Amino acid sequence: MATEQFCTFFLAAQLFGVPVPQVQEVIGPHDMTPVPLAPEVVSGMINLRGQIVVAIDLRRRLQLAGRAEGELPMNVVVRSLEGAVSLQVDEIGDVIEVEPATFEPPPETMQGSARALILGVHKLEGSLLHVLDTERACQVPATLEATSAER
Amino acid sequence: MFPAWHATCNTISGAPIMDEIVKDFLIESGENLDRLDQELVKLEAEPKSNELLASIFRTIHTIKGSCGFLGFARLEKVAHAGENLLSRLRDGELSLTADVTSGLLAMVDAVRHMLSEIQATEHDGENDYQELREELKRLQGSDEKPAFESPAAKAEEDTPLSQPAWTDDLASEAARPNAGSSNSPGEVQLQAGWLEPPAASAAADAGPAAASGDSYRPTPGKMGGLLVDRGSLRPEDLATALHEQELGDHRRLGEILVGRGMCKLEDVLAAQQILEMRQRETGTETVRVGVSLLDRLMNLVGELVLARNQLLQFSNTTQEGAFSRVSQRVNLIASELQEEVMKTRMQPIGNVWNKFPRTVRDLAHNCGKEVRLEMEGQETELDRTIIEAIKDPLTHLVRNAMDHGIEAPEARKLAGKDATGCLKLRAFHEGGQVNIEISDDGAGLNRERIRTKAVERGLVSAEQAARLPDRDVFNMIFLAGFSTAEKVTNVSGRGVGMDVVKTNVERIGGTVDVQSTPGRGTTVRVKIPLTLAIIPALIVRCSGERFAIPQVSLTELVRLDSGKGIEMVHGSPVYRLRGQLLPLVYLSQTLKTAPGAEDGLPERKKPATGLQSVNVVVLQAESRQFGLVVDDILDTEEIVVKPLGKQLKGISVYSGATIMGDGRVALILDVLGLAQRAQVIVEARESILQEKRVETRQTARDQQTLVLAENGLEGRVAIPLSIVARLEEFPRTVVERAGAQEVMQYRGQIIPLVRLSEIIPATRDAEMLAHGGSIQVVVYSEGKRTVGLIVDRIVDIVEECSGVERLAPRAGVVGSFVVQRQVTDLLDLPAIVRAAVPGLLDAAETTEEGT
Repeated sequence: MATEQFCTFFLAAQLFGVPVPQVQEVIGPHDMTPVPLAPEVVSGMINLRGQIVVAIDLRRRLQLAGRAEGELPMNVVVRSLEGAVSLQVDEIGDVIEVEPATFEPPPETMQGSARALILGVHKLEGSLLHVLDTERACQVPATLEATSAER
Repeated sequence: MFPAWHATCNTISGAPIMDEIVKDFLIESGENLDRLDQELVKLEAEPKSNELLASIFRTIHTIKGSCGFLGFARLEKVAHAGENLLSRLRDGELSLTADVTSGLLAMVDAVRHMLSEIQATEHDGENDYQELREELKRLQGSDEKPAFESPAAKAEEDTPLSQPAWTDDLASEAARPNAGSSNSPGEVQLQAGWLEPPAASAAADAGPAAASGDSYRPTPGKMGGLLVDRGSLRPEDLATALHEQELGDHRRLGEILVGRGMCKLEDVLAAQQILEMRQRETGTETVRVGVSLLDRLMNLVGELVLARNQLLQFSNTTQEGAFSRVSQRVNLIASELQEEVMKTRMQPIGNVWNKFPRTVRDLAHNCGKEVRLEMEGQETELDRTIIEAIKDPLTHLVRNAMDHGIEAPEARKLAGKDATGCLKLRAFHEGGQVNIEISDDGAGLNRERIRTKAVERGLVSAEQAARLPDRDVFNMIFLAGFSTAEKVTNVSGRGVGMDVVKTNVERIGGTVDVQSTPGRGTTVRVKIPLTLAIIPALIVRCSGERFAIPQVSLTELVRLDSGKGIEMVHGSPVYRLRGQLLPLVYLSQTLKTAPGAEDGLPERKKPATGLQSVNVVVLQAESRQFGLVVDDILDTEEIVVKPLGKQLKGISVYSGATIMGDGRVALILDVLGLAQRAQVIVEARESILQEKRVETRQTARDQQTLVLAENGLEGRVAIPLSIVARLEEFPRTVVERAGAQEVMQYRGQIIPLVRLSEIIPATRDAEMLAHGGSIQVVVYSEGKRTVGLIVDRIVDIVEECSGVERLAPRAGVVGSFVVQRQVTDLLDLPAIVRAAVPGLLDAAETTEEGT
């Protein structure tokens, strides 16, 4: 069976991965412009060589605890249907090759918004690789402002 | 029609070639059809014009020929029916009636429909328009000629016009082929015969040769000459072949040549292709370029402009002369490139207007009116994206004018007017914007009716309504909610969806205004920006971030020292701007970036600016003015508008984002969205109140806004802001010389520079003379001419109403008065410019009169 390659990263000490073909590039901490009134998962916009890319804080997206003060997030720029989106993570891991056989859907006990975003896990030796639904992760729940603006 | 040929072509040369041919056919036919629409309508006006008829005939014939060749049989049938009808017209056997025109237009519509079918499915659809063809046949009249003639009989009348496969040139050179040869369907068959497999591959081979034809410029545009030119044929052979034709060989020149082995088949086909290509491009040196490529180019230029901005910022901080010269040059090249690329996206507004003759004709026909359409300024150019956006609103306005504006012929005669109404479209550039006017000479808007309606709808009180000036009354037709009611009546005039027109125009940063004289007509004026891709914007800072405000919505900037003048109306901050209350909106509060702004308590709205001055950006949203309070006003800049990611689309206060000179992203504020969010625009009532304010404000005009500048150590001068085009700061290096005159390059123009210090001498110290690396320039425009006035330093912009005292008049000074406790000279800028650059402005005026 064909193996699949994942670009891995860490969020609150958990190992996550997105399929390599979906990743455009990985960049370090980047100058960011905040967007007032944006949903809180949007941490801002970055200038990626002239292209304006929205950055989404994956910690907030997955409802994890916030990053400690002074800890700078790394950017995993992925290709989504809406164009490039930067997913902000704690730390970048290796590119890992996995067998389809090691995959398992998430347990029923997994709660919260994360359930919609995590397709399942690959059982690695000594750890679990959470497979992220990239497209979903790039979507932002309906903007508060947008709904309130309609009055 | 020729599936076998298709198949061979595809297998040999690959599908893309076939696709290309069909694509070209679609594009070309689309353009041809648009032209047909216009020409048919024109023909109705001058039915005797043989030129028009010939042109129409040729167009239809080309379409028919091409689709026969490409195997779209149904399409060919419809076109053929139209052609038959046209040929009767051309031969004078039939005269043009409204019915005939309608029939022909219906044929054009059918062809258009089938073309879009082909575009979608690559087939010409199932509908063979039996009824339409019957109708066209009926219109031909039942007499004499049958609708479908035999190819042989028809060939004769076709030959003088174009032939699809063999070019005109070829046909004429080969003398006139006998009727026996071939034409139309028959001819295509012959063509198919020629293109048996070996020939098809030859055609494919000829592709590159034909494509490189642009570097190749043969002299005569005929088959024989071309072949000789390319060395494929010996001149004596050509002579022999031509002689043979004269002797009565009915075959085409190419056939003879190949038949006698004088020339290779491939060469004939290649030459034919070149001739066709050249014919297509006769006279114009143009290239078709995909819109997506242009968009990409535009994006890249946008990037370049950003990089240029960064470079300039960097060059300002270094002292390296060579470097700053290079960056200046890059600056100029980038600006020029930007302008040129913008031009490639420009399209004449005529592209939208082209369909109006048809619309007007059909509408007039339907509602029994007689209308003449006049168009002026078709060549006025606009960005492609704006053209797209303006299409529907314009169509709507034209329909409205037809529907409600222009009266029926009888009514017009009763009113003592010409029975034929006139609808006039006019477009022209003005002040970096495009103005489009749609005027009719109809009944005009009914003031009283609108007033009554407005009162009924509770938009104004009866008393207010009575006091409103006409212009305000007319503009009420653009209010939402007004239209729905109007649909029922249509007595008083338009209103159907006028609010939609307004919204659409405003979405692209434009404005709509209506003027009307009862009994004389109505004029709707639409003002729109030239482009949306790169716009001038004011950069402001708020809560540490920069924001861009499009300059179109900017009215003025006000700086309040230590927040003086801000008053509260039940907790809402306002400022008295020339005696009128201007609601203030704190950007930091609207964007919730200010600490503690979330709770939104009225007390919080109180400016926390103890001693600092307050910067107010006065903005215009719809008809409402409001003051946006920001932390800092930075600069004006040309910014490249980039769309926001989908994740942020829902936030109405932003219209996009841009990249600043330092590479950071800045958000572009959407003034309308901002006003809505800050609840500046609440109801239509408000805007009517506002209009009243505008009116009263004009009476309190003795106050004026002045630009204050330093001239030397003590000298202070003032220039009325109203005559200043722009205030700019440039690096000293921009100053160049043209003869004795100092000049600079400014927005693609060379503008003369005038140093104020040379006109009004003042004491200055050495430090001042060496002052920094930049100059401050007051840009002044008169007509098309622009002059820059270099001042020592621009100090402030103030509002002043105290009287000007005429103390010792000097050249260039109107008088003196006291501003900010300093005696200030009020400059007579036009006079200064005329004295310093004699003849410039006057010359400009005379040339303008001349044009």
